[in-house]
Amino acid sequence: MIKIFKTSKNVIVNIEEYFDNVELGILNFKEGVNNYLEGNTAEFENNLKIIEQIEGKADAIIRKIENDFYVYSLLPNYASEILNLLEKVDDILDKVKSNLSQFDVENPFIPEEIKNDFSRLLTISVKSAENVIPAARVFFTDPNLAKDKIQKVIFYERETDKLATKIKRKLFKEMDFLKLSEKIHLRYFTLHIEEVSDAAELVAKMLSSLVIKIKM
Amino acid sequence: MFLFFLSSGLFLGWSLGANDAANIFGSAVGSKMIKFSLAIIVASIFVVLGALFQGAGASHTLGELGSINAIGGAFTVALCAGLTVFWMTKFKLPVSTSQSIIGAIIGWNFYSGNTTDVTVLGKIVSTWIAGPILGAIFAILLYQFLKYILAKSKIHLLKLDAYLKYSLLIIGAFGAYSLGANNVANVVGVFIPSVPNIQLNFGFFSLNGTQLLFLVGGISIAVGIITYSKKVMMTVGSSLMKLSSESALIIVLAHSLVLFIFSSTSLSNAFQSIGLPAIPLVPVSSSQAVVGAIIGVGFLKGGRGIKYSVLGKISLGWIATPLLAGLTTFIALFFMNNVFKMVVAQNETSTVSTKLSQLVTTAKVNAPNVEVDLYQPLLYLIIGLLVVVIIVLAIILKRQLFKNKKEESSERLLKYESQEKLLQTELQKVNAENTKLEKEIQFKRKEQMVIALNIVQKNQFLEKLKLKIDKITSYPTVNKEELFRLKKLIVENLSIDKEREKLNIYINELNSDFYFRLINKHPTLSENEQRLCALIRLNLSSKEIASILNISTKSVEVNRHRLRKKMHLKREDNLTELISKL
Repeated sequence: MIKIFKTSKNVIVNIEEYFDNVELGILNFKEGVNNYLEGNTAEFENNLKIIEQIEGKADAIIRKIENDFYVYSLLPNYASEILNLLEKVDDILDKVKSNLSQFDVENPFIPEEIKNDFSRLLTISVKSAENVIPAARVFFTDPNLAKDKIQKVIFYERETDKLATKIKRKLFKEMDFLKLSEKIHLRYFTLHIEEVSDAAELVAKMLSSLVIKIKM
Repeated sequence: MFLFFLSSGLFLGWSLGANDAANIFGSAVGSKMIKFSLAIIVASIFVVLGALFQGAGASHTLGELGSINAIGGAFTVALCAGLTVFWMTKFKLPVSTSQSIIGAIIGWNFYSGNTTDVTVLGKIVSTWIAGPILGAIFAILLYQFLKYILAKSKIHLLKLDAYLKYSLLIIGAFGAYSLGANNVANVVGVFIPSVPNIQLNFGFFSLNGTQLLFLVGGISIAVGIITYSKKVMMTVGSSLMKLSSESALIIVLAHSLVLFIFSSTSLSNAFQSIGLPAIPLVPVSSSQAVVGAIIGVGFLKGGRGIKYSVLGKISLGWIATPLLAGLTTFIALFFMNNVFKMVVAQNETSTVSTKLSQLVTTAKVNAPNVEVDLYQPLLYLIIGLLVVVIIVLAIILKRQLFKNKKEESSERLLKYESQEKLLQTELQKVNAENTKLEKEIQFKRKEQMVIALNIVQKNQFLEKLKLKIDKITSYPTVNKEELFRLKKLIVENLSIDKEREKLNIYINELNSDFYFRLINKHPTLSENEQRLCALIRLNLSSKEIASILNISTKSVEVNRHRLRKKMHLKREDNLTELISKL
């Protein structure tokens, strides 16, 4: 009971550090895919290495946070939801890491005609992930503000969906010079990039239900 | 012997501790904000302290209602009150120890023929109504205050959690102190007149008989808390009312304040010193104060989740509990007096042997003699006015809240819409830029194609040149004529290149729309045929076209013929006319 102030201070610092790491991971993913599209192999590999390190670090921090929550029974009414939320944020990081490594392993052929669209898809999808982290951050100090940011996340997710469908249609209906295998391969990579915004949307939805619960 | 008779009071104290500790720490322990062990230690210590230092105020009022002067009577009264609580809890009816003991005392009054002071009774009954109402008012005010502070301060949730844990502990301690101070009167109040005159000296402080009695009462409540409160606390915390930690804090604080107000002698004196009426020091029901506070908080949240049936049950408790306790006591006293030959009242003007009917007439005769002063109706009037004011305020508040909520939601919707529009225009802007860039890329690609084509043509020309030079060098003597012809060929080629370049750009720029329409109408045309169409459109003769395309006039004618065939033209159709009309 006496240590509770010190513990909560430590947990607050840990949560902030955790969010910093996730944000860094997202930015590295964006840089990594852009480097791949431009053919900068050395930089791309560097991004992949950084993202792997960040993921390991974030995992260690989240374990520490979980442990403190249970041992000191912090926020007993919302502990499970908050930890769940942090896990879902971790899913974004996992997703960007696995996506980048898939680029590395599968080495997809991306024709010039579609590179521009891919780059745009990446920007919008990452934007929704970039917006969900400030929303999660502000939820802890001012839940009302989080709502405004959630709206942005959902908007970008919708736009990502639209663009992804457009790309897939273009792949299968307009680009006859591609082999079917190449088309399917590219469709998977469109899906991979789309998944980042889907993960962000999941976090946003959890956040909005948590905001309602906390205001009750 | 006194200790044996006291045992019924201690039983009452034990059941009170087991039940009412949940009102103080129930939500905190049930929601795991505070550990059970810590909660019971704090509650036990502060209940004893409250009983010892502030228990006298409320006990005094009970003494005024009916001073039970025989230990046997006190034993029976406490026992019957305890049993009533036990039965009613078993049948899941809301019960208050305070109401039960008051009923039992009135029962004793009836049996022993003592008059019941209607003024004091009025005072007590009015506090039963005022307790929950005050609880609700305190809860509303404190909740608004806390909400305001939280909105202003923007504390991190985890920090808030730490503050709440400490606050729950401190306010719980205050609640336990108030519970001890207010409700110990229920436990041992009836024994005060028959307490033996003893004095215990501990050197730095001494305790007289009454204080010792309060200490024992407090300890019995503490034992109840330690031994039997866990189950009740868990029920209160998890199922009966699902409260946030903030609400729990406010409810416990409001409840503690109500209990404190109705037991603090110094506060009552302070009221009197500034000319206000004294606060009646009466044991009030802890559970009812909590229910009042919960309803207050529930009302602030828009009235959802308020169980109005609970209000009805409380009102039922106000009538049923004292009646049941009084009746039980009356019957029990009859048995104690006759079967066990126990002295239940010192001045027995009417024992059971002098018949029940006589007792009833005594009560009836006594009734008109009671002097009703102005205090009682005034109190009822004030309470009535208070209720009306609260209802009016509540309606206004609810309307205001509804209006605010409506405004807030429409404002938010508007904000979202404008935000979405802004993002949409941003996206459109980016898309427009992208399409522009894409067009530029396409143009550049075409240009590259032209350059590549030129290079090929140049190479062919150079090859031709090489062959001619080889031919010249094979002659033994240099033929000047041959050299001139070579030079002429080079110059011709240079001029053709320049003109063709100019023309290409000119044609492309002019005909970007034309090409589009042509492909739409005749998608099978090759690039060379498209170019031929563009040249025909410029109204050039076959000869001119041949020189531009660097082919023979005959080839142009053949190409024109093929074009007519591809475009499915009839003999009488004019190709030039048709193309220029496109």
